Amino acid sequence: MSALSDSAAGFLTIAVLVVALAAVHAPLGDFMARVYTSTRHLRVERFLYRVAGIDPDAEQRWPVYARAVLGFSFVSVLFLYAFQRLQAWLPLSLGFAGVAPATAWNTAISFVTNTNWQSYSGESTMGHLVQAAGLAVQNFTSAAVGMAVAVALVRGFTRSRTERIGSFWVDLVRTCVRILLPLSVVAAVVMLLGGVVQNLAGPTAYTTIAGGTQTITGGPIASQEAIKELGTNGGGFFNANSAHPFEGPTAWVSLFQVFLMLAIPFSLPRTFGRLVGDKRHGYAVLGVMGALWLAAVSLTVWAEVTGAGAAPQAAGGAMEGKEVRFGEVLTALFGASTTSTSTGAINGAHDSLTAAGGGVAMLNMMLGEVSPGGTGSGLYGLLVLAVIAVFLAGLMVGRTPELLGKKIGKGEVTLVALYVLATPTLLLVGAALTAGIPSLRDASLQDDGAHGLSEVLYAYASASNNNGSAFAGFGAATDYQNVALALCMVFGRFVPMLLVIALAGRLASQAPVPVTAGTLPTHTPLFASLVTVVVIVVAGLTYFPALALAPIAEALS
Amino acid sequence: MSTPVLDRTSPAPDPRHHPKDDDDEGARPAVGAFDARSLVSSLPAALRKLDPRHQVKSPVMFVVWIGSALTTVYAVVDPSLFTWLVTLWLWATVVFAGLAEAVAEGRGKAQAETLRRTRSETTARKLLDRSTGQEEAVSATALRRGDLVVVEAGEVIPGDGDVVEGVASVDESAITGESAPVIREAGGDRSAVTGGTRVLSDRIVVKITAEPGSTFIDRMIALVEGSARQKTPNEIALDLLLASLTLVFLLAVVTLQPLAAYSGQAQSIPVLVALLVCLIPTTIGALLSAIGIAGMDRLVQRNVLAMSGRAVEAAGDVGVLLLDKTGTITFGNRRATALVHLDGVEPGVLADAARLSSLADETPEGRSVVELVDASRDGADDAPAGAEYVEFTAQTRMSGVDLPLGDQDDDERGTRMLRKGAASAVTAWVRAEGGEVPAALADVVDGISQSGGTPLVVAERVGDAPARVLGVIHLKDVVKPGMAARFAQLRAMGIRTVMVTGDNRLTAQAIAAEAGVDDVLAEATPEDKLALIKREQAGGRLVAMTGDGTNDAPALAQADVGVAMNSGTSAAKEAGNMVDLDSDPTKLIEVVAIGKQLLITRGALTTFSIANDVAKYFAIIPAMFAGIYPALDRLNIMGLSSPQSAILSAVIFNALVIVALIPLALRGVRYRPSSASALLRRNVLVYGLGGVVVPFIGIKAIDLLVSLIPGF
Repeated sequence: MSALSDSAAGFLTIAVLVVALAAVHAPLGDFMARVYTSTRHLRVERFLYRVAGIDPDAEQRWPVYARAVLGFSFVSVLFLYAFQRLQAWLPLSLGFAGVAPATAWNTAISFVTNTNWQSYSGESTMGHLVQAAGLAVQNFTSAAVGMAVAVALVRGFTRSRTERIGSFWVDLVRTCVRILLPLSVVAAVVMLLGGVVQNLAGPTAYTTIAGGTQTITGGPIASQEAIKELGTNGGGFFNANSAHPFEGPTAWVSLFQVFLMLAIPFSLPRTFGRLVGDKRHGYAVLGVMGALWLAAVSLTVWAEVTGAGAAPQAAGGAMEGKEVRFGEVLTALFGASTTSTSTGAINGAHDSLTAAGGGVAMLNMMLGEVSPGGTGSGLYGLLVLAVIAVFLAGLMVGRTPELLGKKIGKGEVTLVALYVLATPTLLLVGAALTAGIPSLRDASLQDDGAHGLSEVLYAYASASNNNGSAFAGFGAATDYQNVALALCMVFGRFVPMLLVIALAGRLASQAPVPVTAGTLPTHTPLFASLVTVVVIVVAGLTYFPALALAPIAEALS
Repeated sequence: MSTPVLDRTSPAPDPRHHPKDDDDEGARPAVGAFDARSLVSSLPAALRKLDPRHQVKSPVMFVVWIGSALTTVYAVVDPSLFTWLVTLWLWATVVFAGLAEAVAEGRGKAQAETLRRTRSETTARKLLDRSTGQEEAVSATALRRGDLVVVEAGEVIPGDGDVVEGVASVDESAITGESAPVIREAGGDRSAVTGGTRVLSDRIVVKITAEPGSTFIDRMIALVEGSARQKTPNEIALDLLLASLTLVFLLAVVTLQPLAAYSGQAQSIPVLVALLVCLIPTTIGALLSAIGIAGMDRLVQRNVLAMSGRAVEAAGDVGVLLLDKTGTITFGNRRATALVHLDGVEPGVLADAARLSSLADETPEGRSVVELVDASRDGADDAPAGAEYVEFTAQTRMSGVDLPLGDQDDDERGTRMLRKGAASAVTAWVRAEGGEVPAALADVVDGISQSGGTPLVVAERVGDAPARVLGVIHLKDVVKPGMAARFAQLRAMGIRTVMVTGDNRLTAQAIAAEAGVDDVLAEATPEDKLALIKREQAGGRLVAMTGDGTNDAPALAQADVGVAMNSGTSAAKEAGNMVDLDSDPTKLIEVVAIGKQLLITRGALTTFSIANDVAKYFAIIPAMFAGIYPALDRLNIMGLSSPQSAILSAVIFNALVIVALIPLALRGVRYRPSSASALLRRNVLVYGLGGVVVPFIGIKAIDLLVSLIPGF
């Protein structure tokens, strides 16, 4: 392949993706807005509410909403933990024993927090039932929890003088029943057509061309794959994730997977615009997310295609660890998107990205997963950063800051400040402990020097921001890392969520401030640019010293 | 000194507003000027602020203080030139923050000193028995609320109160800086007197309304000194944000040490502290309280006393301005220019009635009616004996006179009642008195109103005959020049102006159109005003208003920014959250501008402070780590001469920028009324982009000097 056709193909791939997302974001966003504002309950939903004993028309105050989120997630963790531990006695276990306690705890938390960090190999640890009835179910619900919280925050902006921010149960059920399930079915069928495997076959031994034998497991892959991407989960059926031919058989399926992981996060701004009654606000949010994503993709592609070093130069790009079937552009696109969306699915080895490419992947996560971020978490994360931007910008126009008619006072700033503190605390403390304590370092680090530090930073960035991808050189399967990373996942998921729900409650109870010529317009390119700068500066200032010692030192060397 | 006056080119002349800073040096020291001398003279005060009990109030500066202490210990244990220089400049950072605050406070201190002198021990003549006039000499500090005191010419009024007896001219220059004496009299809206002012003529009895220690002057001293200053809501919110940023950077620096150790080179304490201090928002942290004090001070310079910082902040958010028409939008001296008699009424009868009903009316309007009639005929009669005058009230909106008919001895005599006032009030009276209102009246009234004039309808009732309308007095009101431009600016800032007037709707609308206000509250009673404020507030808008009368008090209390005129009653001054010593209602517009400027200054310097960090990273990070990874020296884009010089230069820049910005913090950033977008664009460009660029230049320049030190 010549370099020209390569970059042309890469450009075309990205262009196709952007066009597809642009086409789908308006109808999908509008549809989701209708889902969350509809007063009608579907029959199946009414059935679910009756079974669970829930009054779907009773709305919740924020503490109740928060308790529902936490309670539901806690029960999910217990259930998933038990499911894994009891695997040996369950059908379709393919003969696997129960999963070890530390791994089971880590995995349960990982899937409930939408992280889908995997410290195990799916095909050699879990049977089909655990994969399909345990992990895949969490792929739906954890994504739905994120979207519910995002919608609750939006209600904080749209409602006034009320304590109620919606019903978590209704938001959860509707997200699953009306949005995620139908879309997953369609996506799964598309993937089946593309060659993704869907069966209940056990491990089969094959004789390879070279004459050796290889054991390959089939399974309900397509159905799990669809929600894995759509719900920005990322937990693969196989250890190799989307680089496995059964998970990502062709280039266009790989591209389709990128499309799926971006579809909902890029459509939620539209939903937001609809719900607040001004599409321009949605465009502003979309603009910020889109610009950050495009910058990340461009940087990664550039880093990978022009990879420094003798081997990449000879190969016409940094091919090590790439999805060699599709070329480095698709791997770069996949990598940039999966780290921008908290998905964490991979179709190449991130550890083998160039130092700059790996650094961008790390930075994507450190931005707080807002470009466009996970399902729901991306939107609320960006809105929180917009609150910070509006606080500074609002002061600079001579008013007490306000966003969408809500004053940003002491209480709001406290919540937002804690939100911004939460993830860096987990990330930096976690990474400093592992890097600083020799025994931990020796147990988990494959490399030393700057790249070794990159592996640690990447792992904790991934866990704290609920991404789930990893630099493979980092040995996460120790008991300490299983527990520590799981703690990062739990706190990285639920502390920000709690703060967001509390913020929603505070905002909803406020009286609205009318918009005048003196109000800072928050739908303009100027304000969107300001939010973009705030996103970069907040993350950049926090992580620059650490990054300097890892990917930056590595990339400049 | 630059003043954030809304419109520098506005021709609106205001005879009551004097440039105080220039001509009243004797009465009050000129404040506002900032020079290097005030830095030096404030240094002792700044050093006193090194007390950690003071520092702990600002989380950012407290972290610097602890860092400096830590570095000092390190420098003593392991001394080197670099460590000592860093230590020195870290302490300088703390001192400079104190300096900013001390300079801001110093400007008020001189003023407070002058005020204190006026409060010097006064002896009060306490009235024990009003009927006998029995007095007792007591100390002014022994006076309690409700006590009556006598004050005569040449004496100082011992405490705040209301005149309950007598009329006197009072020299209030001690608090207002205005040397012309003012009249204070019992009853009405000019009864309030302030302790510390001097009676120039006559004798008054004053009922004390304030306990000692909480008098107006006491409050004013506390205010200008900044001793009563409490953090305002927005300031607290900003403090929280700065504290969380500080925590983020503390975290980044503390966790950096194990990462650096892992990478092969742990950093020394002074270097880590230097990095931390450079990253945390010290610039805004050091200047925040100075900005707040200076904001209040800017109001004081305009002779406005804000009773709380909260009100100043609220002023920036005001969405609706209630402006009294008279005196604010118009000059207020409406004059009678014509008499329009209705068909069937002798012109002489109307002129006579208009004159008689105005004889007791001491308002400029009333006097202008008498003058108009007298000018058209020879001789002026006094009011006939036995006339009973009906005073104007806000509720009746009419005044007039009742004259006895015929001989005084005649038992059958009736009364001739004359009334003049707002059309709606007088026609209602005519109907109530059995009369009919001719249709032609409405045309006349509307005609005058639409021309921007004020119609005063004159009616009479003679004996038992039904009342009848005689005609209309045409009063003309002159809108101050430049008001339309000011209101257009306010509109651009998103502030609606509502003109409040007792005039009828048509008159009000004609004037409103001429002045360019957005809305009108016509035929307004105090209750209407209160209701309007509540309505606007329910819609989420903040309301500002001025007032002076006792009947304004509820509205002043309800408004988010209530500016009471110093000439007004003490009830009004109690109810408002600001007092304008010049009693100039147009100053509300300046108050709004000062409130906005205060918020903008905070936002701009915060942005500047954070933007500075970019350059500091590029100075310090390569300096710290180029030893481990030589490739990181490529980040040294400023080409700083050595690692030690780079770190020291960043610390020095960080300290000096505080001093450099003190004048800006005290003066406030430039503010021109314009749309929010335009303001944001400008300020982001100046303080955001400027904040990124300036330290690159500054640190490089300092590095050039530092590199001359041997060993750097």
